Amino acid sequence: MNTEFKIVKAEEVIDEAQKLKFDGYHLMQQCATKTAEGYELVYSFGKALEVLQVKIILENDQPINSISHVFPCAFLYENEMHDLFGIDIQMISLDYKGNFYRTAIETPFK
Amino acid sequence: MSTRSVIPFGPQHPVLPEPIHLDLVLEDEKVVQAIPSIGFIHRGLEKLVDKKDFHEMVYVAERICGICSLGHGLGYCDAVEHIMDLEVPDRAKFLRTMLSELSRMHSHMLWLGLLADAFGFESLYMECWRIREEILDMFEMATGGRVIFSIMKIGGLRRDIPDDMLKDFRQRLDSIEEGLKMVSKPFFDDVAVKNRLVGVGILTPEKADLLGTAGPFLRASGIARDIRSTGYCAYDKIEFEPIISTDCDSYARTEVRIKELYQSIDIMRQCIDKMPAGEVDLQVKPNQLPNGEYMARIEQPRGEALYYVKANGTKFIDRMRVRTPTFANIPALVDILAGCDFADVPILVLTIDPCISCTER
Repeated sequence: MNTEFKIVKAEEVIDEAQKLKFDGYHLMQQCATKTAEGYELVYSFGKALEVLQVKIILENDQPINSISHVFPCAFLYENEMHDLFGIDIQMISLDYKGNFYRTAIETPFK
Repeated sequence: MSTRSVIPFGPQHPVLPEPIHLDLVLEDEKVVQAIPSIGFIHRGLEKLVDKKDFHEMVYVAERICGICSLGHGLGYCDAVEHIMDLEVPDRAKFLRTMLSELSRMHSHMLWLGLLADAFGFESLYMECWRIREEILDMFEMATGGRVIFSIMKIGGLRRDIPDDMLKDFRQRLDSIEEGLKMVSKPFFDDVAVKNRLVGVGILTPEKADLLGTAGPFLRASGIARDIRSTGYCAYDKIEFEPIISTDCDSYARTEVRIKELYQSIDIMRQCIDKMPAGEVDLQVKPNQLPNGEYMARIEQPRGEALYYVKANGTKFIDRMRVRTPTFANIPALVDILAGCDFADVPILVLTIDPCISCTER
């Protein structure tokens, strides 16, 4: 609902997720956008009707840790980001190893 | 000692004409773990932002799903309108609200019919779908379409719904309400229905929240989160309270959806009574282009849907991301399947009201 994004460094993502979980937030979604320099990840967290958006800037080939051990539902979004965008997400609780989507066109999409 | 086996459930199976696969780990007749697989029909619709301009993407968004197509068009338009700082005319807001509720009724009636069919109550299934036909007739009158409506546009609606038609809709709602009273009775009172649903697939409020559950599935676990309460479109001018149940089982999910049907009829009546006069379309000039990013949220029939749009000041946007309610509900489905009887798996898959077409955008 809002256009404000809190910028978080890739290496601080688990700390941030844990802090939000303790504050009573749930994970709403995670998504990636391809940029000229790499990727922009947007993680959305909700508490009642409130939304908090976290943005992470990644360089090409820069890995990021999974938050699926903090928010179990994250495994779906993270496998999607890995398959469709080629983002290296480490330690996903249920890692489909690139077999989450079975597409006729080779992924990640360029 | 119990025997452990793995049963592949799907992707083609009798309960749902859409492909979802579950690896069910069983100990005798009890499911102890379920591992979901989707991605059989991923269409890459979000990737079409490379080829379609931001106006054409409304049509793409509508084609994500045949049941919630209206809502997908609305959610995408809402995000772009916020980026472009467009104030949609009041009449368009009320009509959008009314059509959203008609879409909810259409989706819930379809689901009730499917549920009746799943537990073998054929006459109830047919009656639910007969009522749904009346709803689709109203859609056809208002938009010209029964599945894909193409009435949403950035800045409002493509066509107005005349006041005479709105009066006719009010009468039709009376008829639908009568039909709904008739079909709700067996769902609420029939012993066979209760035997299949009561106490089956418990999802606690704590788990529902932790797993990011959405929609009636969430509200049936006692959490009153309904995105309509944020007041998008004309919901801020409509009186309603989120419908919840605290029983947390499959019966509670059915109860919430049936009560939401009555609520949708009430909201539609309020919209018709309060309908302002005026234009329904804010003309967007060719040189008005979106620049910025926004996450819109709407309450689709199956739950909260998110529409993230990032635009760059050209007619081609950088990103459209749609988080559909079924995608959000898969982790909770996996949770309720663990511990259930194997025979209850089809009913449990159905009680989340899954839409794989939405999930495989």
